[in-house]
Amino acid sequence: MASAEPRRGRAWEWLDSRLGLAGFERLARKKEVPVHRHTIWYYLGGMTLFLFIVQVGTGILLLFYYRASASEAYESIRFIMTEVKFGWLIRSIHHWAANLMILTLFLHMFSVLILRAYRPPRELTWLTGAGLLVVTLAFGFTGYLLPWNQLAYFATRVGTQIVGVVPVVGEGMLRLLRGGDDVSGATLTRFYAFHAAVLPTLIVGILAVHVYLVQKHGMSTPPSVEKRGGGRGALPFMPHFLLRDLVGWLAALAIVAALAAYFPAELGEKADPFASAPAGIRPEWYFMFMFQTLKYLPPHILGMEGEVVGIMAFGLGALVLIFVPFIDRRRDGKPSHPFFGFLNYVWFGMIAFILIMTYLGYAEPVPDTSAQPGVEAVAEPAGGEEAVP
Amino acid sequence: MTEPTHDSIREKGPVRRRFLNWLLGTGAGAVCASVLYPVARYLVPPEVEESDANQVTLTIDPRDIAPNSGQIFRFGSRPGMLIRTPQGELRAFDGMCTHLDCIVQYREDLGHIWCACHNGHYDLRGVNIAGPPPRPLQPYTVIEQDGKIVVSKDV
Repeated sequence: MASAEPRRGRAWEWLDSRLGLAGFERLARKKEVPVHRHTIWYYLGGMTLFLFIVQVGTGILLLFYYRASASEAYESIRFIMTEVKFGWLIRSIHHWAANLMILTLFLHMFSVLILRAYRPPRELTWLTGAGLLVVTLAFGFTGYLLPWNQLAYFATRVGTQIVGVVPVVGEGMLRLLRGGDDVSGATLTRFYAFHAAVLPTLIVGILAVHVYLVQKHGMSTPPSVEKRGGGRGALPFMPHFLLRDLVGWLAALAIVAALAAYFPAELGEKADPFASAPAGIRPEWYFMFMFQTLKYLPPHILGMEGEVVGIMAFGLGALVLIFVPFIDRRRDGKPSHPFFGFLNYVWFGMIAFILIMTYLGYAEPVPDTSAQPGVEAVAEPAGGEEAVP
Repeated sequence: MTEPTHDSIREKGPVRRRFLNWLLGTGAGAVCASVLYPVARYLVPPEVEESDANQVTLTIDPRDIAPNSGQIFRFGSRPGMLIRTPQGELRAFDGMCTHLDCIVQYREDLGHIWCACHNGHYDLRGVNIAGPPPRPLQPYTVIEQDGKIVVSKDV
């Protein structure tokens, strides 16, 4: 094997004998990307990775000015947006790349799910991918609070209370997340620690395993393509597919830059723990379907509180998705129970549910409460308060 | 202690090695526990004493509050909802929605209390009448006194 390799420079040989570069090179060159009508879906994982790298870069830049305290967070973001040169750009790119990353991640997950790329021996690739999805959603949830504005404040109250209604462990988890009984400055510092230290550590670890497994097992060819006798050959990953990936990344960067320039991230009003939740309050779009479902649930279902039933149902759905490689018993070329053929309809039903609920969430009219004179008084709550022990 | 038989040695290894492995295992376990326990306790926030005030005096002049309006006030560390009904009666409730902890508001167009987060409705007695809230808002007692408002909780 080694004799067939071309001679490299002396620097390569010096490094190779110390780092074992040839081993890495073999691993990188081993992978091939099958070419067939579903090849387009192979780009989404790499694109998510690229957007993650953008997040690391812009996130580090934001750390230079951001201050994680209830009295300064909002002001420090305003400073970034208005005073710091290109501050608006850095924050807007962080905002839009986060949204796009979650979008490509969901598309990646559903394409892998429907093309059944989680089949053996790729179960652990799927599980680490599910871990990456959970960590990324946690990134989104914790990052949303950091500007300390009204929307984020109430989104965090609701989001943490959702954890709180989980039976048995909920109460303790709620206090652990909030850093107390209420959403306060203590919650902000906690979310900051999660967002800027705990989650990055976790994601890098899981990501390393995920990418290693993708490299080790190569790309999965969908069963539908295999049934027709395979696709149109294969493309070496290095450098052919990687170069095509780069074109996609460049396109993603252009989209993020355009969105950041035309629709800069908003800041809204500073959080006030003693003000009513504003009309038209809503979470980020990727939590919208759950939010909207919670609106429709009745107060009580089968003797349990409606939101508990809803949250448990979402939890069950997530568990089914996470463990799908162990639920789906279809094996290539072997007959299986018709139930498993039904699974694809379940996934399409899930996608349809998410799309419909998200649409309904955005289509709902916002009641106009701003015109009412009495609501003004709500904005100044602390004025006349005097506690009697 | 009985002499170990040859069979037990073949299956589980010599007694001294077993003992040393046990010692090593429990030692490693103890080190892990002594690191993890303080970390876990550190992460759980300390209990902050609940404000034991069960009565607050608001220095809002009751005459300034128009009928069919509402506002948020501080009741210790919690938000409270003070409303004047269209009939002119002052009432107060806990301001936290019983559904998922949002802070409610008074909707003058509807003439009752509303939570913006998940579209929950409460009537003028704080009873949940529509939407997902599972329980009524806790009512407080309101007394008007020399141009001040005293709100108290039943103990």
